[in-house]
Amino acid sequence: MVKFLLEKDTWQEVIDSLSKNKLRSILTMVGVWWGILLLIALLGSAKGIENNFNARFKNYATNSLFIFSGRTSIPFKGYQEGRRIKLNLNDVERIKENISGVEYVVPSIQVQMTLSRNTLTSNFTGRGEFPLLDILAKKDLVWGRNINQQDVDEQKKVIVISDDFYKQLFEKGENPIGKMVKSEKVSFKVIGVFEAVNFGGPQIDFDIPFTTAQQLYNRGNDVDLMMITGNPSFEINQIDADIKLLLKNIHGIHPDDNRALNGFNLGDRFEQLTGFLIGMQFLTWFVGIATLIAGVFAIGGILLISVKERTKEIGVRRALGATPYLIKRQIIVESVSISLISGVLGIISGGLILMLVNKLAAQGEDAFMRNPSVSNGMVLLALIIITVLGTLIGLIPATKATNVKPIDALREE
Amino acid sequence: MLEIKELHKSYPIGDSSLHVLKGINLSVKQGEMVAIMGSSGSGKSTLLNIIGMLDQADSGEYILDGLLIKNLTEKKAALYRNKFLGFIFQSFNLINYKNALENVALPLYYQGMKRKDRQELAMFHLEKVGLVDWAHHLPKELSGGQNQRVAIARALAANPKLLLADEPTGALDMNTSYEIMEFIQQLNDEGKTILMVTHEDDIAHMCKRIVRLRDGVIMEDSKIDQVRAKKNV
Ligand SMILES: Nc1ncnc2c1ncn2[C@@H]1O[C@H](COP(=O)(O)OP(=O)(O)OP(=O)(O)O)[C@@H](O)[C@H]1O
Ligand SMILES: [Mg+2]
Repeated sequence: MVKFLLEKDTWQEVIDSLSKNKLRSILTMVGVWWGILLLIALLGSAKGIENNFNARFKNYATNSLFIFSGRTSIPFKGYQEGRRIKLNLNDVERIKENISGVEYVVPSIQVQMTLSRNTLTSNFTGRGEFPLLDILAKKDLVWGRNINQQDVDEQKKVIVISDDFYKQLFEKGENPIGKMVKSEKVSFKVIGVFEAVNFGGPQIDFDIPFTTAQQLYNRGNDVDLMMITGNPSFEINQIDADIKLLLKNIHGIHPDDNRALNGFNLGDRFEQLTGFLIGMQFLTWFVGIATLIAGVFAIGGILLISVKERTKEIGVRRALGATPYLIKRQIIVESVSISLISGVLGIISGGLILMLVNKLAAQGEDAFMRNPSVSNGMVLLALIIITVLGTLIGLIPATKATNVKPIDALREE
Repeated sequence: MLEIKELHKSYPIGDSSLHVLKGINLSVKQGEMVAIMGSSGSGKSTLLNIIGMLDQADSGEYILDGLLIKNLTEKKAALYRNKFLGFIFQSFNLINYKNALENVALPLYYQGMKRKDRQELAMFHLEKVGLVDWAHHLPKELSGGQNQRVAIARALAANPKLLLADEPTGALDMNTSYEIMEFIQQLNDEGKTILMVTHEDDIAHMCKRIVRLRDGVIMEDSKIDQVRAKKNV
């Protein structure tokens, strides 16, 4: 077989047969090329979307949840409905003490400020934070550093701002570290810039030390939002339910009241998104394979047209002394070569499309894709698929024509 | 050369079957030139195809060159066809995308002959049929007579012992038919055994023996005086 593949005659026959049957060759090539191109482009794009999700989630502890308060929707224990619930630092301690499986509880205070610098002024929403938050929902820093424990302990007037914030109050390229921004009450020194991530809820444009926010706005023991992480071995949904039950008890909320405490469970969302991703990958494979199958059918149709002509030719060759093995070998080499050539072209053009997609749809912060690409494994798989397809494409007419008596093959008109 | 005893063949048609050959007995010696005649549907082609191992008999004995042809694997059959037999068909059966030379060289390819030797030998046979100048033309660029000469060259290429021709002149006009017959007679002069099916009396009389089929049996088998094609041209 190897010797056969190295012989000039073999390839002469292949080239003859392919080039003298141009229409058939071209249609087959287009079919395989298109199928592989779509498969590569689809898989690469799906990978790009997946990469994007992974990049966005990489900074979050996925077994975590946010809780913030709202208003009651059911009257309970003599209270009217519509009562505003206020969470506080005691709740934080109670959760830590009473709920099993809780790892961290990090409170924060929501702050609205009008901030200005030189002549530029803008409204921003931010939070008073503990440094621990960075462990749970890590922000990517463009410049400087995050709030640290010392900032909190000493109630420092320092601020970490988002890149959006930076764009609004600073010149492009200007180093903001050490610069001052003024609020209604005090001036803050900028110590860092982070990349804003929007993750449901209001966008957060700055962080200041928790204690600074507490003192500036007279918030006492108030807590607006808690971020809670669970031990990996605990079910985050169970922790979520336990905490809500505890808080409902403390604050006199009806057990069925779903409005008084809000929040979302990152674990849940992550699961949903992972599910979505898996679904998408599945869909991609499905579409890709369906395309390939459609391609095979298209090629099969072409084959059927050519099969009669081919059958007769094979009959002639058999009359001249070609064994079925020789015939099958020749036709399979022929169809595998044509499939491989068009398949490799498909892989290359699929790759080019991915490069184009990368340029057009995967640049910048808001892009829904990141680095769309296919792995070597995928390419290998595609090549295997092509080879199998090619073998089948050739094997069907070859088997058909060698299984009948030579005279029947010859009689075919 | 060839020995056939009580050969039967029928084709299934729907639920019933059509009994085409009903006990053929035929013996052909080396160097004979036999015409098989008979009305349309009498089973001439069927008999020739069985002799050519393109088809199989249902029962009976067929010995070719001392070899019992029975239940051969397709591989063996292909080998024998390649070594012993040359075919000439009414519709030429050339491969349409190969030129004359490549068509003639094809049986040699299946013998495993080297490309260069193959082309040389093919050219030699094309020369014999007077088509050297047409060696690189495709079948569609050649006339019917020329195509049949290419087919004859191809049948000869592998130097077979037995030439089988099914109405080799059936698609040709009279002059061309005689030209082709001249070649075939020449081959027979050189010692090739030839079996051909024909409808035409004049063509049949250019052979040395006529076998007539009717209703699936041989009803007449006689030696004749060969008419040379040459003087008729
Ligand atoms: N593959 C087949 N299936 C069914 N019937 C067939 C088949 N081949 C031939 N026959 C039938 O067998 C009979 C003999 O056919 P054959 O081709 O041998 O005739 P023939 O003598 O060569 O006729 P012609 O002079 O017309 O070529 C015919 O009636 C034909 O219809
Ligand atoms: Mg016939």
